Amino acid sequence: MSGAETSTGTTRVKRGMAEMLKGGVIMDVVNADQARIAEDAGAVAVMALERVPADIRAEGGVSRMSDPEMIEKIQATVSIPVMAKARIGHFAEAQILQSLGVDYIDESEVLTPADYSNHIDKWAFTVPFVCGATNLGEALRRINEGAAMIRSKGEAGTGDVSNAVTHMRKIGGEIRRLSSMSPDELYVAAKELLAPYDLVVEVAAAGKLPVVLFTAGGIATPADASLMMQLGAEGVFVGSGIFKSGDPVQRANAIVQATLNWDNPDVVAKASRGLGEAMVGINVADIPVHHRLEERGW
Amino acid sequence: MNAPLVGVLSLQGDVREHERALVSVGARTCRIRTEGELSRVDGLVIPGGESTTMSMLAVRTGLMQPLVDAVRGGLPVYGSCAGLIMLATRVLDGRPDQQTLGALDVTVRRNAFGRQVDSFECDLDMPAVPGGPMHAVFIRAPWVEDCGPGVEVLARVEDGPASGRIVAVRQGKALGTAFHPELTGDGRVHALFVEMVRHG
Repeated sequence: MSGAETSTGTTRVKRGMAEMLKGGVIMDVVNADQARIAEDAGAVAVMALERVPADIRAEGGVSRMSDPEMIEKIQATVSIPVMAKARIGHFAEAQILQSLGVDYIDESEVLTPADYSNHIDKWAFTVPFVCGATNLGEALRRINEGAAMIRSKGEAGTGDVSNAVTHMRKIGGEIRRLSSMSPDELYVAAKELLAPYDLVVEVAAAGKLPVVLFTAGGIATPADASLMMQLGAEGVFVGSGIFKSGDPVQRANAIVQATLNWDNPDVVAKASRGLGEAMVGINVADIPVHHRLEERGW
Repeated sequence: MNAPLVGVLSLQGDVREHERALVSVGARTCRIRTEGELSRVDGLVIPGGESTTMSMLAVRTGLMQPLVDAVRGGLPVYGSCAGLIMLATRVLDGRPDQQTLGALDVTVRRNAFGRQVDSFECDLDMPAVPGGPMHAVFIRAPWVEDCGPGVEVLARVEDGPASGRIVAVRQGKALGTAFHPELTGDGRVHALFVEMVRHG
């Protein structure tokens, strides 16, 4: 009998799920109505959370996993994958999200960290995880802990794309540097990146991360989406950028079009027309360093 | 026709993995986002992804009708997972406005095995591809609920609660799998498809 063994939660199934999202847009939503708008606009998945990052910034306080009831309402509304956020290191929140049957967990710096030393041991879960990274070493540490997808951190809730650009360029540049090294140089490279040697060797040989790389943080316009795709992102997370703008339906559609046609400026130009107000935005430079989300994660 | 040109529909999904699999079995590949690109190919692959999103993007970019016409006109086509749904005539648990190409006279049930936590790997018997059991990866996968008379069943799930469910089918020049051979490095399903392309 050939089919005796059926296994769930394998690395291939977890990483493969992210492969299916490539070229797509994942949108932050706070209720079922927004989830429906996102799905109608062509989102490949939604991220269910109680407050978008812009409101978390404005309101302050401790930011936690969303109410399970709200997540279940969104699951009942859309048929595309539903993701949800757990605090960094908060494995009990992750256990709850897995029990709700969310399709992906974002161990996210957007929420208040629960553990300032350790991230979640993601190998212990059936559900896959996406984690943020500002550079290659951080990405490989997350993958070593079991992350099946990586996204840039950017500076969520600002509408300022500059940090996402910095992170994507950094990750891309460090991968290109590894690919140019001789095998005996990779030992020191691993030491300098604070990353596991085996993963460093794998990245050097493949010229890419072993998991899908999306971008996130501050993407607010079709042009932002095109820029990030041209910098090597395999897809886009949009948080506050859609539902904090003047016309969410049109903007959601436009960002989907720009992500699909990222290499065609004529289409991105057309998608950029008449979108109304973009989210107001905060310059990252105006945020005190200790309030910057990119500083969270270790 | 030594190295046929197989296009991979590139609206969204695991395009690169299909390209790699096709090249490994001797095809040339290109990416399809426009009618012009579609007109040049000898065969078409519809990758894994989100079938509702893919269908919506095909409609909005004006590619849906050219795809329907090309497949009706006899263009060989293979779809995995979301691609199988795109090829089906009838879809259960999809969106009410979800359009498909109707190349396979089957009813598919979307996300039939459950959510991502239920995604799984297993071995299948697939006699149409020689060389022993096929290791299959199912990700939020559909299954084929029923088939019209012209449809050949190529594989079924063999164990568990979904035992007996149809997960690979062929009809004329259309091939569909609920699983993702492009993720395993086993090129036999792609080889079967490229043979279908070669023999027109």
